[in-house]
Amino acid sequence: MAYCSNIFDLVGNTPLVEVSELSPNSRVRILMKLEGQNPSGSVKDRVALSMVEQAEKDGTLQPGQTLLEPSSGNTGIGLALVAKVKGYKLKVVMPENVSPERRQLLEVWGAEIIGSPAGEGSNGAVRMAEHIASEHPEWAFLYQYANPANPRAHYDGTGPEIWRDCPEVTHFVAGLGTSGTLMGVGRFLKERNPAIQVWAVEPPAGEMVDGLRSLDDGYIPPIFLENDGPSMLDRKTVIGTRESVEWTKRISSLGIFAGISTGTAMAGAARCAEAIDSGVIVIVSADGGWKYLSAGVWTDDIDVVVERASRMTYF
Amino acid sequence: MSVEVRLPTVLRSHAGGNSIVIALGSTVGEVLEDLSRNYPDMKGRLLGEDGSLHRFVNVYVNDDDVRYLNQLDTRVADGDTISILPAVAGGES
Repeated sequence: MAYCSNIFDLVGNTPLVEVSELSPNSRVRILMKLEGQNPSGSVKDRVALSMVEQAEKDGTLQPGQTLLEPSSGNTGIGLALVAKVKGYKLKVVMPENVSPERRQLLEVWGAEIIGSPAGEGSNGAVRMAEHIASEHPEWAFLYQYANPANPRAHYDGTGPEIWRDCPEVTHFVAGLGTSGTLMGVGRFLKERNPAIQVWAVEPPAGEMVDGLRSLDDGYIPPIFLENDGPSMLDRKTVIGTRESVEWTKRISSLGIFAGISTGTAMAGAARCAEAIDSGVIVIVSADGGWKYLSAGVWTDDIDVVVERASRMTYF
Repeated sequence: MSVEVRLPTVLRSHAGGNSIVIALGSTVGEVLEDLSRNYPDMKGRLLGEDGSLHRFVNVYVNDDDVRYLNQLDTRVADGDTISILPAVAGGES
């Protein structure tokens, strides 16, 4: 491919890089898939493009229509790029406490930001977006948490790429948010080799859960249930903010400049490597470090960074 | 075994306002039983009618979600921390 005629041709086909130097077990190799290489800088370009193309195909999205989406940043940014190029308008419901770079990137492609309460994290953004969508049926609500085109982007793209580049994979580790990556890649890999284990990592719930009035306000992404998430995952582990930041910095020593959730995934891979005798772990690096420069991840005192990051939605 | 149980805001009113309580048991199920002996309101909030965990309740032993270990039969050791959390929408990685 000497050149490509369309920015969308650059979505996916991301590189897989060995980071075994950081493995705590010499019999366990670790490879990292660099999703920050996508055009808007995160794994969410796959999801944004997949959801928009599906909606165009099935007619739920008409030329020039407005899109509405809850996002802690990356999906909004990916959708903003896709929407700008394809001529749609976009409104993103986003927690107030995301990094300023996330807001600025949305502005690059002209998306409108609707702020949701910082303390409620992604949960609050989802709730608010559902409410706004019910009041504006004329807007297209693609809704990544419930849209089958989200896991399908990973079943059709991310999963096959991992299998092509590293068929010896024994464990797949990725962050749990919408669950799209874990469900799509997990299904693809387990169909090829049922022995492959799928491990989810997640950030601490933090103050987000304090906003709930009752347990019945809880939320499980519909795509997690539709894909039988409970049987797809083999393990689910919470990784503390300090551990995530420490691993993010360690990863940069290999020349890989990745976001904080990559540190979370890497911490999960390290725990996995310690728990097994031997194997090959593939992890997803959801985005690059650019959007976290203002958090001082690589430059400021670790205690200060952890305090900042724990008040921020970085997943 | 004596373990520390951390409760989310929504459950504290059913545990005398405490955010952390001590409970006894050698499995997660036994710990939740012990908790319900002291705070009878708690059981119906944590477990469904079939005796399994309520769908919006996540229980972690140290950092691991017990749904992906041995559910209520997951073993606990002295000094472990059990965290009970409502299921919420995560980020989006």
